[in-house]
Amino acid sequence: MSEGKLLISGGTVVDPSTKREGRADVLIEDGKITDIQPSIAARNGLRRFDASGKLVMPGFVDLHVHFRQPGREDKETVETGSHAAIRGGFTAACPMPNTSPVMDHRGAVEWVRQEGQRVGLIDVRPIGALTRGQQGEELTDFGELFEAGCIALSDDGKPLLSSLLMRRALEYAKVFGRPVIQHSEDTCLSAGGVMHEGLVSTTLGLRGAPSESETVMVARDLALAERTGGWLHVAHLSTARSVELIRQAKQRGVHVTCEVTPHHLALTDEAVRGFNTLAKVNPPLRTEQDRLALIEGLKDGTIDCIATDHAPHTAWEKDADFDAAPFGIVGLETALGVCATALIGPKHLTWSQLADRMAIAPARIAGLKDHGLAVSQPANLTIVDPAAAWTVDPASFASRSKRSPFAGHRLTGKVAAVIRHGLVAWDASA
Amino acid sequence: MAEAAVAREAQGLQWTKKDLLGLEDLSAEEIRLVLATAESFREISLRPIKKVPALRGKTVVNLFFEPSTRTRTSFELAAKRLSADMINITASASSLTKGETILDMVRNLEALKVDVLIIRHAAAGVPHTIARQTNASVINAGDGAHEHPTQALLDLLTIQRQKGRIEGLKVSIIGDIAHSRVARSDLWGLTKLGACVTLCGPPTLMPSHIEDLGARVTWDVAEAITDADVLMLLRIQHERQEAALVPSLREYRLRYGLDEARLRSAKPDVLVMHPGPINRGVELDSYVADGPNSVILDQVTNGVAVRMAALFLVSGPPKVEE
Repeated sequence: MSEGKLLISGGTVVDPSTKREGRADVLIEDGKITDIQPSIAARNGLRRFDASGKLVMPGFVDLHVHFRQPGREDKETVETGSHAAIRGGFTAACPMPNTSPVMDHRGAVEWVRQEGQRVGLIDVRPIGALTRGQQGEELTDFGELFEAGCIALSDDGKPLLSSLLMRRALEYAKVFGRPVIQHSEDTCLSAGGVMHEGLVSTTLGLRGAPSESETVMVARDLALAERTGGWLHVAHLSTARSVELIRQAKQRGVHVTCEVTPHHLALTDEAVRGFNTLAKVNPPLRTEQDRLALIEGLKDGTIDCIATDHAPHTAWEKDADFDAAPFGIVGLETALGVCATALIGPKHLTWSQLADRMAIAPARIAGLKDHGLAVSQPANLTIVDPAAAWTVDPASFASRSKRSPFAGHRLTGKVAAVIRHGLVAWDASA
Repeated sequence: MAEAAVAREAQGLQWTKKDLLGLEDLSAEEIRLVLATAESFREISLRPIKKVPALRGKTVVNLFFEPSTRTRTSFELAAKRLSADMINITASASSLTKGETILDMVRNLEALKVDVLIIRHAAAGVPHTIARQTNASVINAGDGAHEHPTQALLDLLTIQRQKGRIEGLKVSIIGDIAHSRVARSDLWGLTKLGACVTLCGPPTLMPSHIEDLGARVTWDVAEAITDADVLMLLRIQHERQEAALVPSLREYRLRYGLDEARLRSAKPDVLVMHPGPINRGVELDSYVADGPNSVILDQVTNGVAVRMAALFLVSGPPKVEE
């Protein structure tokens, strides 16, 4: 790759890591940011990217994706997932370990990292399994998995039910200074529920998973994190009560971080009416009251970041009946538009706050040091057109999965281009 | 059918839906149209020659993914009494060839040019998923805990024939409301036609927010029985015990079962109904099931008429050349 000089001109820089927000040009040389000034003159040999009317933000980081490889290449691959990510403005993404074989050993993790490097579009940083085979019985070799490049460990999708094992995991992970990520669900209580338990599940006659199936597990894990001093990261919060529990825990100084998905910020269980399998996801879409509490938590910093839980499935699987269809929503290519429409439009968040929740905070949690617009930093930037209105057409997705609950939704805010290592890695206008 | 045409005329309403999936989707007028059509068909089953040519040349398929005797038989008789060609497919999930989905199966049936699919499935929404993807008409014969529209329609027809009206009646549905498609369809139908519905059962068998659908909810069976014009008992399934929803069937019978003593506290002319099959000695005492207040067998008779009406209406108006 030739690493020339690139001038991003005319845009508004929005970077909460340097507290910069205003008109500025960004000069990039040899993959690094070398200057940020209100105006930088064009010079010979300098390629120019016109960012007039656009926001220049740090590249987004997604702490929670499923690239399905190895094992279910019919759903997604590291390559198709990387393409989906870069189009969504993400310069780094963390695939979950529920692959086949499970990423519970060095070989599988290294293979995924190397495949990410071969594709070369984004930084692919796996999350290793917490227990062997995600069986919830025996801890994996943490040290080896972190050495192989994992940024965290999780049995995502399969909550670690044993309180004793969770205590040990939180304790032992302290050696490495990295988080244990929990999909917080008491599966005895959710008992095969396929959607949120409430008026809609009662009307549709579908088995409901009560809000408490999440909150009792969040409460247990917070107690264990508080005792051990280990770093707990709670995946995809869905209930108002969980937000409240984490807010209180943070006030007590518990080492906890957490994430929320764009779909939980934008949709409620009403989206399931008509047996809409595209809205079948775990944790389930909940009520308007929960949605507003999640937004409030994201706003006040209780919720650290947005993660998509990009979970691709084949069309034939998603087109099955509601009980039979798998849980999961693809999110990479709609994340910015959905979040901007749900959060910026109604003035819940500023662009600077959104840049923090989608880029700076998740990069910090993942331990990535190359996100932020400071001189001498690697140039990983996402350029956003805040005014662009567009309609979601899943047929145009780079992801293998062409099923989305946002199909046909009108969104405002679109990723215009992505710069990675100083090169234009995606240009929507090209 | 002349009778049905008269019925439609009287209601001043044409049936426009391709499918019959649930009573949530029907207006009060549409429900009355089905009942009026069923009323006109009811007499056919009382004739010595129980057959009219209304659906001659139509192909109707009973596609049952869950065991059923009475509903399947009722639909089969309804189709045959209207002269439709009827086939039965009993398909458990395991009988689908590996990798084949329900939709594959339905597309195959559609390629065989069938007109009406009658679908029963243990999972809620299956008939709806299928209906969206086929041109054939779909009748929901019970989907999970969601709806069982023809059962509710036959319940409405039975109440209307016995009481002369539905509006203003007090109807108590007692039993496992949470897992009952009959309770949901009955609730929609009864409230749309102006009845007051009380749902009664222990809190473990009561789905959350059901009161938001317009029902009164009580855990006290005495309260549900007093003043009721109709008592509808629901089957308690043995497997509910395993899920810790009721401590034991004995406990349920003592707390909620309708026996002679409880019946004495009801109105003398109360109707006792049950969608079947009855768990004798659990939710319903034999004396009550077979007693003078019971209209359980009338429900079965009316079921055929209601299903004839459903098949006739979703099949659309007869073509001119017929």
